[in-house]
Amino acid sequence: MKRLIATCLTFSCLATGAFANKVYVSNEKGNTVTVLDSDSWEVLTEFPAGNRPRGITISPDGKLLYVCASDDDMVRVFDAESYEELYTLPSGPDPELFVLHPSGNPLYVANEDDNLVTVIDTETHTVRAGIPVGVEPEGMAISPDAKFVINTSETTNMAHFIDTSDYKIKHNILVDQRPRYAQYSHDGKILYVSAEIGGTVSIIDIAEDGTPTLSDKISFEVPGVQPEWLQPVGVRTTSDGKWIFVALGPSNRVAVIDGQSHEVVKYIMTGQRVWQLAFTPDEKFLITTNGNSNDVTIIDVEAQKAIKSVQVGQQPWGVVVAPD
Amino acid sequence: MRHFLSVLLVGICAAFATVAQAVEIRATVFRIDYPQLAPISRYDLNPDDLGFAGALLANEDNQTTGNFMGQTWTLDTVTTTPDEADAVFDALMSEGAGIIITMARADDLLRLSDRAGDKVLLINALARDTALRDGECRANLLHVAPSDAMMADAIAQFAMWKKWSDWFLIHGSNSADTALAEEYRRAAKKFGAKIVEQREYEDTGGSRRTDTGHVLVQRQIPVFTQDARDHDIVIAADASDVFAPYLPFNLWTPRPVMGSSGLRPVTFHAAHEAWGATQFQRRFEELTNRRVREEDYQAWLALRVIGEAVTRTGEAAPGVLRDYALSDAFELAAFKGQKVTFRQWNGQMRQPILLYDDRITMSVSPQEGYLHQRSPLDSLGLDMPESACTAFN
Repeated sequence: MKRLIATCLTFSCLATGAFANKVYVSNEKGNTVTVLDSDSWEVLTEFPAGNRPRGITISPDGKLLYVCASDDDMVRVFDAESYEELYTLPSGPDPELFVLHPSGNPLYVANEDDNLVTVIDTETHTVRAGIPVGVEPEGMAISPDAKFVINTSETTNMAHFIDTSDYKIKHNILVDQRPRYAQYSHDGKILYVSAEIGGTVSIIDIAEDGTPTLSDKISFEVPGVQPEWLQPVGVRTTSDGKWIFVALGPSNRVAVIDGQSHEVVKYIMTGQRVWQLAFTPDEKFLITTNGNSNDVTIIDVEAQKAIKSVQVGQQPWGVVVAPD
Repeated sequence: MRHFLSVLLVGICAAFATVAQAVEIRATVFRIDYPQLAPISRYDLNPDDLGFAGALLANEDNQTTGNFMGQTWTLDTVTTTPDEADAVFDALMSEGAGIIITMARADDLLRLSDRAGDKVLLINALARDTALRDGECRANLLHVAPSDAMMADAIAQFAMWKKWSDWFLIHGSNSADTALAEEYRRAAKKFGAKIVEQREYEDTGGSRRTDTGHVLVQRQIPVFTQDARDHDIVIAADASDVFAPYLPFNLWTPRPVMGSSGLRPVTFHAAHEAWGATQFQRRFEELTNRRVREEDYQAWLALRVIGEAVTRTGEAAPGVLRDYALSDAFELAAFKGQKVTFRQWNGQMRQPILLYDDRITMSVSPQEGYLHQRSPLDSLGLDMPESACTAFN
């Protein structure tokens, strides 16, 4: 009998292993990263991640976890399995958000204090370049073909299009107040930029050669919710281009937007101050960080419903899911 | 036809780009330095670059954006005395100054705005007199400085949120103090508080600072505040900086103090970190080697209004910038968690007010639950039906 159970356990482990991914949540106030299992949605562990961890991402092979330790003025790199800190990267002061080249190298970091985007070589751990951008650089994105890195500057209110071959800004697009986050559609034809204070998501059409044109803006409206609290932050798009999810900060909602018509079709209630978003690799689930309720909300993407909330550390900020 | 249309569009875009590429903007900060008594607290000594430092940072911020837009920004800073203000101002006018950020008291400001005429845009970064947003408003004068009415309402909302509705109002004897006291009476009525006791603390002059002044103060204030009717809080209206800092801990009945000391309404302070403000603090301190003051933030805000209007309109003409700032399209992020905009009926900037205990942001008004059909921010200060301003009609 004992043997039978052991076999079952092995089987179930294997079965889970095929579907489960680790979910890493940075806790801005708790100074930790919480690790969840994307199958059971249980907390596996919580480990120290430096002072004020915010932006978080993972290498394409799933081995390295990068964390912006904002108050340490550096990027901390952890082993994604053992959670041990391996080394740090020189990000410049107060790193908040970054984006990794699809190859895993380099890392592009928004450096808010110096109005710079810093390009860090993830192999040599050195700074390759500093690119002057607008005031308070924040959001970072990279085009699917990796030809352009996007930076949004919060006080200049622009999306800067940085050519990854020569680190020169080739285009600037004005968006609404305090642009927070940028996200390309998977086909690279649209760039979405959220403006927290402006309350909109700008839709920027990208031509074949990468030239951007501002085509429209998505606004939000929820009966009974003051418009001031509909503050778009994190943005995620499904790979089939059908759906766009936008975290709306202090309104405690995620907007679901039709990827074709760009109409908001639904608002999903989440925890408080919903900030950043991440899909599981199969895009069945979307995880939201909720800074003021210390939890994450799990959204069933197809049903467009919140199915669960899980307590994590103090003031969860960023989230990334390990690749398959 | 389709071909023609796209050519036309390219043409428009190119023209737009050319327009956007050659904007030169010159702004002036005009500050009148008044003879002033030493403050009660050394922390309140005015630095020489008060206000100018904030404008300098805004000019840098504007130029960083301007580099991408083809804008060139120039900032002039001018100080003068009350006696020479008119002559210096006229000289500025004759040099063609069109955008002037003012740090002047209400009576001077009104005179200057009447001298300036409608070709000039003035932005008030200092004077809080509610009358400037009421019957004494001027069409060429916008206010980024909040009114005393907004400040009093910010305190009143917080007190009512706490259900501290019985107030003991202590005000100074100078006209600015009694005017401030009147704002608190109006705010009490507006939000349902009751002023159960009022006393005037007379300004008898004399030196502000002596070696052992606290010994006397510690005996005087309890006596001054004894036998008051039951109250929840003490509201201090002391625009002249004569007594308010002495009230906390010296009251006869132990009660929180709000207004001119204790919990104070401010536009900004050097410890404010929420909503990205830390970055403002770091930029400011790196540039100026000191901590930010309200006057600096207000000057920064005034010049950022201009920066935003220039960026969105591609023009530098004062009239165009004024109209844009007053339009529905205008919005600006100001480290207050929501956009700031202008009231179209009196040129007053809507803005959240920080409640500050001289260490941290204790709260931010408007408070939860104070709703308004336009914006909760309009629950602070003169609302459209209350304002007698007609210059913006």
